[in-house]
Amino acid sequence: MALMTGDEKHGPAATSTLDALWVLYDRVLRVDPERLDDPERDRFLLSKGHGPMAYYAVLAAKGFLPVEWLPGFGSYDSPLGHHPDRVLVPGAEIGSGSLGHGLPIAVGTALGLRAQGRPGPAVWVLIGDAELDEGSNHEAIAFAGPAGLDRLHTIVIDNSSASHARPGGIAARFEAAGWSAETVDGRNHEALHAAFTAPHPGRPRVVVARVEPKNAPAPVQT
Amino acid sequence: MDTMRERFAPVVSRLLDEDPRVAVVLAEIGRDRFAEAERRHPDRVVNVGIREQLLIGAGAGLALTGMRPVLHTFASFLVERPFEQVKLDLGHQDVGAVLVSAAASFDWPAGGYTHMAPGDVALLDTLDGWTVHVPGHPDEAETLLRHAVGAGGAKDDKVYVRLSVQANRRALAVDGQRFLTVREGRRGVVVAVGPMLDAVLAATEGLDVTVLYATTVRPFDGAALRRATGAAGTDVVLVEPYLAGTSTAAANDALADVPHRVLGLGVGRPELRRYGQIEEHVTAHGLDAPSLRTRIAGFLKPRAGA
Repeated sequence: MALMTGDEKHGPAATSTLDALWVLYDRVLRVDPERLDDPERDRFLLSKGHGPMAYYAVLAAKGFLPVEWLPGFGSYDSPLGHHPDRVLVPGAEIGSGSLGHGLPIAVGTALGLRAQGRPGPAVWVLIGDAELDEGSNHEAIAFAGPAGLDRLHTIVIDNSSASHARPGGIAARFEAAGWSAETVDGRNHEALHAAFTAPHPGRPRVVVARVEPKNAPAPVQT
Repeated sequence: MDTMRERFAPVVSRLLDEDPRVAVVLAEIGRDRFAEAERRHPDRVVNVGIREQLLIGAGAGLALTGMRPVLHTFASFLVERPFEQVKLDLGHQDVGAVLVSAAASFDWPAGGYTHMAPGDVALLDTLDGWTVHVPGHPDEAETLLRHAVGAGGAKDDKVYVRLSVQANRRALAVDGQRFLTVREGRRGVVVAVGPMLDAVLAATEGLDVTVLYATTVRPFDGAALRRATGAAGTDVVLVEPYLAGTSTAAANDALADVPHRVLGLGVGRPELRRYGQIEEHVTAHGLDAPSLRTRIAGFLKPRAGA
């Protein structure tokens, strides 16, 4: 991640997602850089496109893109922008940046896989707690629960960046729509893995990954 | 005669039967007409409720998995309300969909301005790569819907089909691409778009003008317009059933290297704040045959010294 400079404003946004992304790509997702178009692959949609340095770093570590691309981050000739573009980044399922687009697209992805008789692939979308301000998310949340989209998974990285929020409000919002919900320590890899892999038959799943507040110093990673 | 909207559900229901890639996403509006199709294809007829951002976003997700989504609601809620989803979830994600709207510019005048979308085509003009069909008859709507969805043809482009209860008395043989030449003259070219044809033909009766009929307005058939100006001269009138002047830039581009004049007629920009009947709104916007005749003849009359 240190190879990517120029978007320090979104440094907290980037580091907040790192542990969840790593656990997901290292231990959960069934994706393969050699088979980017495999219809049976899991889909990971980064909705919170702000501060994508952690995402690019994980994609590079897992062989989706060359590490040599990272230093060019944000430059005219680089495929790696301050918001990712699926057309330019191998392994990126969607382009994002404008908030609140990933979860509705993930709903459609789950519907499309269901309509094609593909129960195997899981659909994952990562959003931020402040991103939940966008009403489009609530259209998707309210639909996905009653629709029983049990291959749909949402990770909410909660670094307390929403200006108006109540403690516990995020999980409660999803639960009210019929989702399976769990809130975990977003820096604890075992807790994240357990939450990511817990069964949730018949219901979509949300994992709220709580990390240090946006404006607090990040813990030293070991 | 049925309406274009009444034709929509049976046509698309057949396409659902023909091609497993086709999926329909609705936001409550029009749902009843798809009840039978929903029973046959419960995973490919999806009603998301009154959620238009999700309507477009879910359509994009379906397309990302290889499906051919058909998304439908009133024009104001299909193009205007979720415009950023149209721009990003389809355009920026580089996936296609078929957007089919109803209600058009003022199909339901008693519903007022909230249900009017005269700016839909102009709004799509800010984006790249959209095909826009404006059928003028239910039979043309059927042809253009089939063309747009492209069942069995692995189509994945971005298409807007604008259905209206306004219609011409008879259908022409439209092909989803080209303007048709309906009448030939020597003193100007009038392009009638979709449901405007009957009024334009009545308005130009006895005038020595060429009348082109456009049901696919994007891409704009500039070649047909240029050909027509060869014999009829380069005075051009566009008569569109949506915002006046929407295609003026396209006509200008087609004639960029020759001196020309373009008059763009259509729905006026000011909010009318009237209810009533369709015919009353047609007249208020100067789109009835007598008004059109006055405005077209006035524009085409020989200039002093000419």
